[in-house]
Amino acid sequence: MVQANTVVSKKNRGQSTIKSKDQFGGLSEDLVKNIYELMLKSRVLEERLIKIYKAGEAFFWIGAPGEEAYGVPLGLLVNKGQGVNFDYLHLHYRATPTVVAMGMPMIDSIRLIMNKVTDPHTGGRNFSNHYCIPKWNVTPITSPIEVQYGFAVGTALAQTKNPKSGISIVTGGDAGTAESDFASCLIWSSRPERPLPILITVQNNRWGISTAYEGQHGEKNIADRGKAFGIRTRVINGNDPIESYLALKEEMEYIRSERKPVLLEAKVSRLYGHSSASGASLNESEVDCLKEFETKIISSGLISESESKSMRQEFEEEARRAMEQARTEDFPKPESIWDHTYYNNENADWRNF
Amino acid sequence: MANMAQAIRMALHYSETNLGVTEIFGQDVGAPLGGVFTCTQGLKTSWNTPLDERGIVSAAIGLGLAGQKCVAEIQFCDYIFNTIDLLKMAGNTLWTTNGQYNLPIVLMTPTGAGIRGSVYHSHSFDAWASRIQGWKVVMPSTPLDAYGLLLSAVKDPNPVMFLKPKSLLRIRGEELIPGEPENEKELKQRIDAPLGDRSQWKPQWPDLEDFEVQIGKAKIVKEGTDLTVVSYGRTLLLCQKIAEKLKSEMGAKLEVIDLRSIYPYDWQTLNKSIKKTGRVLFVNEDTEVTNFGEHLAYRTTQELFYELMARPRVLAGKNVPGIGLYPGLEEATVPYEHQIEAEVKEILLEIP
Repeated sequence: MVQANTVVSKKNRGQSTIKSKDQFGGLSEDLVKNIYELMLKSRVLEERLIKIYKAGEAFFWIGAPGEEAYGVPLGLLVNKGQGVNFDYLHLHYRATPTVVAMGMPMIDSIRLIMNKVTDPHTGGRNFSNHYCIPKWNVTPITSPIEVQYGFAVGTALAQTKNPKSGISIVTGGDAGTAESDFASCLIWSSRPERPLPILITVQNNRWGISTAYEGQHGEKNIADRGKAFGIRTRVINGNDPIESYLALKEEMEYIRSERKPVLLEAKVSRLYGHSSASGASLNESEVDCLKEFETKIISSGLISESESKSMRQEFEEEARRAMEQARTEDFPKPESIWDHTYYNNENADWRNF
Repeated sequence: MANMAQAIRMALHYSETNLGVTEIFGQDVGAPLGGVFTCTQGLKTSWNTPLDERGIVSAAIGLGLAGQKCVAEIQFCDYIFNTIDLLKMAGNTLWTTNGQYNLPIVLMTPTGAGIRGSVYHSHSFDAWASRIQGWKVVMPSTPLDAYGLLLSAVKDPNPVMFLKPKSLLRIRGEELIPGEPENEKELKQRIDAPLGDRSQWKPQWPDLEDFEVQIGKAKIVKEGTDLTVVSYGRTLLLCQKIAEKLKSEMGAKLEVIDLRSIYPYDWQTLNKSIKKTGRVLFVNEDTEVTNFGEHLAYRTTQELFYELMARPRVLAGKNVPGIGLYPGLEEATVPYEHQIEAEVKEILLEIP
């Protein structure tokens, strides 16, 4: 089974060739293969989530197929842990590749979409892909668009007190940047008296549900908006995992050492539409980053086609077994609705005041 | 005696010194002004934010996610409405994460009429706040309660909204805050910033002590047997005045209860008092339709119907879009003494 961050290829092909190093931006073979495996794992998990929805075993699906080439490198580069010395993640609901790369087991995502009491993120209370993993500073993903950009300001403020501490990372889509919270993030993170160590990212898939990017954005790139605040900006091809990895690594190192914000825009695809509300069907006109990377990695000789196929089968099997396990688990109890309204289950029901 | 603004300032000083508050922030909260009502003057951890209410509430939530204790301020509750979804989120974070992330944050905001504040400095927020689940909501009406409630708010692991009755921020109490010097002038010299250049000024804080006003506990400020009057904030003081007046004028014995906590609220104290008097009036100044007092009146009819001698009543702000600047408009919109007196008399005279 593939473990996040520590994938070891089944077949050690020995020394990397100069050719493959050049082709993959100088990254090691193990890392390149690790990125590929995690992209595949995330995709297979999302495909399973869609199947669970289509089989009528979940009420709603929203997720991230098409963002693996960006999300996996991000997850691999996170300084993972709990508290201000580690990185905080303020993710949106297309973050499966990132949390898979960090090591989230598939079953935890499946428990979430099937609203099981065993769902470690929300206890069966919230939608698919609304992750929450306190031990890795993955703060709760929420449905309101763009609020996470303001919350990132708060965790980053906490991180300014310790110059050696982690950074705050926020992700979101292109349409949401119209919300004032995006502007708040740019303004608050670039205040001269207290600049903030935030990686502000936008995954631009050129859609807001059914609304096209072209009709809504006067700016050439969303990242250009950072320039007015003196924020370092970058636009990358988020469909290329190597470009994403190298760019994210460089920008995260800059934020860690300079304690200043960066605005990074990644152009990505949206392979299955917005959510199950728009059908969750594959859109073949979009670039599929996984397919492209697969072709590249196979043609380079880093892995063989049969290895790739067996990896996929293993992941599919893992996802299927996870679903079967989740099916046997309980739903939350109706009487639990008052739980966690207040800390430590202090009574919040006025009938008992 | 300290006024309420000084009491709040002293509570914040105590909190940043002893209770782990790391950030106190909002518009004009830091030096040199220290808040438009001077509630945050001279504090070590206070700072000025951009003019961005959503940013202020979001930053507080983020600090809470990082486990930090902070006190954020929205300058007037009239300007809090563009943050209402964020307030919902602060209140639902613990619930939505199934108990994994609590937000130990305090949000304070001046509320209510009484300073001739016109349309956008007179709003109330207590009824709105009572509908934002997961928060605790408190409103003091004396400096000592302000001190004690704010310390309790800071210690609480849940988000707490500390509503400052803006017309009472300059009133003085009858009890000293623990550690407060007895001489009012001495307190002023020690903790009020001088006029003019303040760049070298530092407060000389008195040696303050811990003091708790438990959230969820009301206070009977005047005992009586004829009619229970439940209020908080600005209108509580008016109810007290009317109780004194009607006692001397007609011998009426009103029991006046300062609710202090809007949510969770002290039903046990209310229940006991209403059982005793059989008559109750709920007074506050938020608008009257879907007013928090209506919930209390509803509960009274459900649980105490057969013990009542008169219909439970709610006296609140008129359901109009704003509070006009001209005093006659303001006084016709939110409760003042004359309306409270008229309402009390009607209830006292009601025959079942």
